[in-house]
Amino acid sequence: MNLLGKLDWSAIPFDQPIIMGASGGMILGIGAVLSWVLLKGYVPYLWREWITSVDHKRIGVMYIVLALLMLLRGFSDAIMMRTQQAVAAGGAQGYLPPEHYDQIFTAHGTIMIFFVAMPLVIGMMNFAVPLQLGVRDVAFPTLNSVSFWLTASAVLLINVSLVVGEFARTGWMAYPPLSELQFSPGVGVDYYLWSLQISGVGTLLTGINFVTTILKLRAPGMSLMRMPVFCWTALASSLMIVAVFPVLTATFAMLLLDRYLGFHFFSLDAGGNPMMYVNLFWIWGHPEVYILVLPAFGIFSEVSATFSGKPLFGYRSMVAATMAICILSMLVWLHHFFTMGASANVNAFFGVMSMLIGLPTGVKIFNWVFTMYGGRVRFTVPVLWLIGFMVTFVLGGLTGVLLAVPPVDWQVHNSMFLIAHFHHVIIPGVLFGLFAGYTYWFPKAFGFALDERWGKAAFWCWFIGFHLAFMPLYVVGLMGMTRRMQHYDNLAWQPWLLVAGAGAVIILAGIVCQAVQLVVSIRTRDRRRVTGDPWNGRTLEWSTASPPPAWNFAVLPHVSDKDAFWSTKQHAPAARLQPAQARAYKPIEMPSNSPIGFVNAFFAVIFGFALIWHIWWLAVVGALGGFVSILAFAFRRTDEIEIPPEQIAQFDRAHPTEFAA
Amino acid sequence: MRYPALSALLAGVMTLGGCSEGVLDPKGPVAAAERLIMFNSTAIMLAIVIPTMIATLGTAYWFRASNKRARYLPDFEYSGRLELLVWSIPIMTVILVGGVAWVSTYDLDPPKAIASAEKPVRIQVVALDWKWLFIYPDEGIAAVNQLTVPVGTPISFELTSAGVMNSFFVPQLAGQIYTMAGMATRLNLQADHTGTYRGMSANYSGAGFSDMHFNVEAVPAENYAAWVAATRGNGPVLDEQTYSTLAKPSQAVAPFSYRTVAPGLFSGIVRTAMQSGDPLCVTDIASERIER
Repeated sequence: MNLLGKLDWSAIPFDQPIIMGASGGMILGIGAVLSWVLLKGYVPYLWREWITSVDHKRIGVMYIVLALLMLLRGFSDAIMMRTQQAVAAGGAQGYLPPEHYDQIFTAHGTIMIFFVAMPLVIGMMNFAVPLQLGVRDVAFPTLNSVSFWLTASAVLLINVSLVVGEFARTGWMAYPPLSELQFSPGVGVDYYLWSLQISGVGTLLTGINFVTTILKLRAPGMSLMRMPVFCWTALASSLMIVAVFPVLTATFAMLLLDRYLGFHFFSLDAGGNPMMYVNLFWIWGHPEVYILVLPAFGIFSEVSATFSGKPLFGYRSMVAATMAICILSMLVWLHHFFTMGASANVNAFFGVMSMLIGLPTGVKIFNWVFTMYGGRVRFTVPVLWLIGFMVTFVLGGLTGVLLAVPPVDWQVHNSMFLIAHFHHVIIPGVLFGLFAGYTYWFPKAFGFALDERWGKAAFWCWFIGFHLAFMPLYVVGLMGMTRRMQHYDNLAWQPWLLVAGAGAVIILAGIVCQAVQLVVSIRTRDRRRVTGDPWNGRTLEWSTASPPPAWNFAVLPHVSDKDAFWSTKQHAPAARLQPAQARAYKPIEMPSNSPIGFVNAFFAVIFGFALIWHIWWLAVVGALGGFVSILAFAFRRTDEIEIPPEQIAQFDRAHPTEFAA
Repeated sequence: MRYPALSALLAGVMTLGGCSEGVLDPKGPVAAAERLIMFNSTAIMLAIVIPTMIATLGTAYWFRASNKRARYLPDFEYSGRLELLVWSIPIMTVILVGGVAWVSTYDLDPPKAIASAEKPVRIQVVALDWKWLFIYPDEGIAAVNQLTVPVGTPISFELTSAGVMNSFFVPQLAGQIYTMAGMATRLNLQADHTGTYRGMSANYSGAGFSDMHFNVEAVPAENYAAWVAATRGNGPVLDEQTYSTLAKPSQAVAPFSYRTVAPGLFSGIVRTAMQSGDPLCVTDIASERIER
């Protein structure tokens, strides 16, 4: 028996210059960062303040950093696909052979959904929800750290696949029978499955954590109908996570049983049925779209109200629309495969259901328009993202409803039209929303604002680049070009794909602007210091210092209205600059730091890697290690530290806020 | 700046307007009906989407903070009438488009036979790694990566796959349908004009996917009869043995034809697709259902 399972030197693609270059760059980059951290002696600081931190704000920031790094990886895949399709016309094969190109589009989809959009959304929820609710942390702070580090282990595994072995060549949905051992004997699908299983556990735990936090921990007086809309969307999103992520985990578990132990859930023989996988995958997959987009809608709601200087129009409608989407999203999954030959009854039902979900979405758009109506709209960077989103998303929604009409779907399903459509909703809907949230909450997180000019430049590059990159894909889709083509013989498509490639380059410029914005803002941070309430905000996060202390609020705020902070500012101007000394502080119990998340993730990586390569003894080590570390954590003696009143008072004296809530 | 933009726009309109080979240039009744539904639904939605876009930009611009003429309504957050409007506009749109979708889904259901005086031509389609096999059971011939059909005659397809899932798609004639091993899907279409139309697999199926396309030759009935006769005259025989050779993975296969086909080959492929030799492995239930 081989001690290293299937692993040997042939796993490293020495003959592939592109892959070796990319992995070399990646390893050098990681090495450089690690040695800089080591040489500067930052390790204890990182360990104490970040790696073992259970503070929801720190965890939120780490999620967002992780997501932005993976955005670079996912975007390099995108640029490679666009250049390949721009050149591989007629007889040309381009520069990426099918076995490599097929890995790239699979990795692009997987990374962008699971390791960019998801961590961005969860990061924003982590950072903002407890602050908006007026509480000190999430319900299960240490579990939160475990969730984050599980996501990070999955990210590590998926990046290891670049260097050691290969990634799946199945498309990001990994439909069987193509993903079964019979047609995909390599380790690629196993990398896909194990990294998503590990991150899926993390995501499910996050969902449970946030459902509990939002339902059980709110500042005194904050009834559900006084919650900020972002918290409502976070609740809807977390409920959907709890409902559908177990489905994904179970589906992947069945595929893993097929691949590892010769089961026949989705195989072609012995009564297996691949159609079941497709159904189960999309029972998770469609709600997933709304798991991502609802919190972004929540951010847009906060941004539109704050920068219009007005309450959100139709708060109850917004809540109703959010919860309607939460339920409807689970009744539309079949529209992802109208072409499977289901009966007209089934197709017609799911077609109409899919359109119904456009209804609450339309309501939201109108409500944002009426929020701006009668306001004093400040055209800050978050508002640019908001307006860019609104005018773009309605067209993306239009093509979405078109795809919900089954006879139209038969004509454009799986074509570039479909690609254009879902980028047309996900980029403006999710990414623009999260960029708005990033700019909006950055000053709260770090105490200084991001540079406006570079932010505006980034917005315009993204906005223009997006339209150039994806509108041509609608055209080639209607011309009959299907997705996932490594080369094509129809020269009429090429001009459009060249335009799309140019669009991707402009988006790249947008990403460069964002990187420059970050660097410039950090370097000039002393000029950009902000107070607790830089935007004239409406919700509780703006009532505390920027950055907030670990305990968020010295005294938990009392809420008597929605837009709690705004009404405090309106009704109690006497509270302005209340001297800190006058307040009575009580000691605050805060959860203590814990290395369990990091340790557990370390074993999760070992476990996943060992299973991918069939190194059974190492898999046992990983599983046992993870289990024993959790067990050891369960027997800990102290789980809370007490913050003395003097420390709180000292902080408040040093960081006066405009209003004492 | 203006002229390149203008010419790009013109090129776009021309491509979309019928010079293309795609969905917007249908050559048969099914594809034409599907295009009409696409246009109708788009028109219904544009009637609401364009005003919304204008309202968004207009509202944001007029109520900009620096506009002193705009009224500031800091407490405007609810209006029953506007709420009614806000909900009813999308509801009406959904009712209209939903009606179009509901009716057309039944009208154009892929298994539904096309009403015609002509007797339909039956064709059985097998998606292989990575080529298409077309069996003409009534004529007893078969072809790989080329599909010849008579103009003005309904074509009735039965489709399956020998392994990986694919999607049979001829954009100018009809929407696509999946081909799946162990079961048969159905599709009906008709070509009203002679010509060569592009057909392909629309569902990614592995390394050879990009070359998995074929030409549909729509020819007059007499030419079709002549093609059938000519095909019967030469080419290899398709039986279980030659089929198993054909089924081996291969890429970018040049079109060719078989002069005879072993009867029952298609249902055999459906029933036994990828069954292992294990006697415990019973016939797939899904395929049993088709046989009944």
